[in-house]
Amino acid sequence: MDLPVWQALYQELKPRGFVPIAVAFDSAGARAAAQWIRAANPAYPCLIDRRHLVAELYDMVNVPTAVWIDEQGRIVRPGEPAGVCDAFRRMNREALTMPPDVAAELMAHRNAYLDAIRDWVANGAASRYALSADQATRRMSTPDDAQARAAANFALGEYFHERGHPRCARRYFDEAVRLRPESWNFRRQAWALEDPSKAAGPEFWSAVDELGPRSYYPPLQDI
Amino acid sequence: MANKEIDIIYGGRVAADVEARAEDAGLWLSAGGLERASGWTLKPEGFCKGELCVPIPPGRAAELIVNESYNLAALAAMLGQPVIHDREHGVWCFGEAADARARTLRSLIAPDFTLPDLRGRMHSLGEQRGKKVLLVSWASW
Repeated sequence: MDLPVWQALYQELKPRGFVPIAVAFDSAGARAAAQWIRAANPAYPCLIDRRHLVAELYDMVNVPTAVWIDEQGRIVRPGEPAGVCDAFRRMNREALTMPPDVAAELMAHRNAYLDAIRDWVANGAASRYALSADQATRRMSTPDDAQARAAANFALGEYFHERGHPRCARRYFDEAVRLRPESWNFRRQAWALEDPSKAAGPEFWSAVDELGPRSYYPPLQDI
Repeated sequence: MANKEIDIIYGGRVAADVEARAEDAGLWLSAGGLERASGWTLKPEGFCKGELCVPIPPGRAAELIVNESYNLAALAAMLGQPVIHDREHGVWCFGEAADARARTLRSLIAPDFTLPDLRGRMHSLGEQRGKKVLLVSWASW
């Protein structure tokens, strides 16, 4: 969980007018998210998004995904993996440990991302990491009709899950995943509602392996 | 078929106590029910919600309005919204139109939202205007 990383960055950059807003995509709400938030004790807003509303508004398909928003409320970098990369796929899946080269690669990647944020906070629109309106629009992921339908199926799945109809919920979650297979949010949330250990269990790794050469986290551009 | 047991999910919210009648592909509500469930009202300029008004296309009024009943399914289809009807449980789910989401995102104006923290205190993105914001998702799973 990255909440302590954002806390450290907040402490460092708060005097320069920077704030993280962390949003937990957790249909089970505070029950699922509380222990992580308490452990991180964040001073920045750490919000709970039971309906994955922010995922829909910003067309996010995975966690952690971050969007940079400037002082005027304009998007200067659309959703992208927040300092994470596919090196995690080479971790030891039984022991849940990172070989040293994997750990080093993940750390280097995260540090480059944090440095990019520092650069943006220091230089604003002049930062090489702040995209022009044209670049940001071109890079923006937007939903098509099938993907909008996927989100509606996901909402219906959550509705049935909350009312104690897990089998019916599963049917709509499955349809959401069929319509938007690239949404790891849909897949993993549905697994987690069935059994919290499932979202990072054998089903997860088998789905990651099925990607083959395709990425789980698209590589960051220009960072 | 008259049915008081219909649940309507609209804009992520489940509408309670709205009387509705499902008929084939239509979902018919009173003016008050339509507004409570979806926020849309009929005005002289068309169907309106907040500052947005959508005129009724020529020749389409009969699908949308019959005897002061309003067909939310037809209205949603006209707006490009996905509509899913679970007949077995009498549940209708209305999603957001892809076009509307895409238009908002391409404007580069960060969509606002209001969500609770662990203590139940509500926070909006808009409250942070004047700061640089890193909006970042995570999950317990």
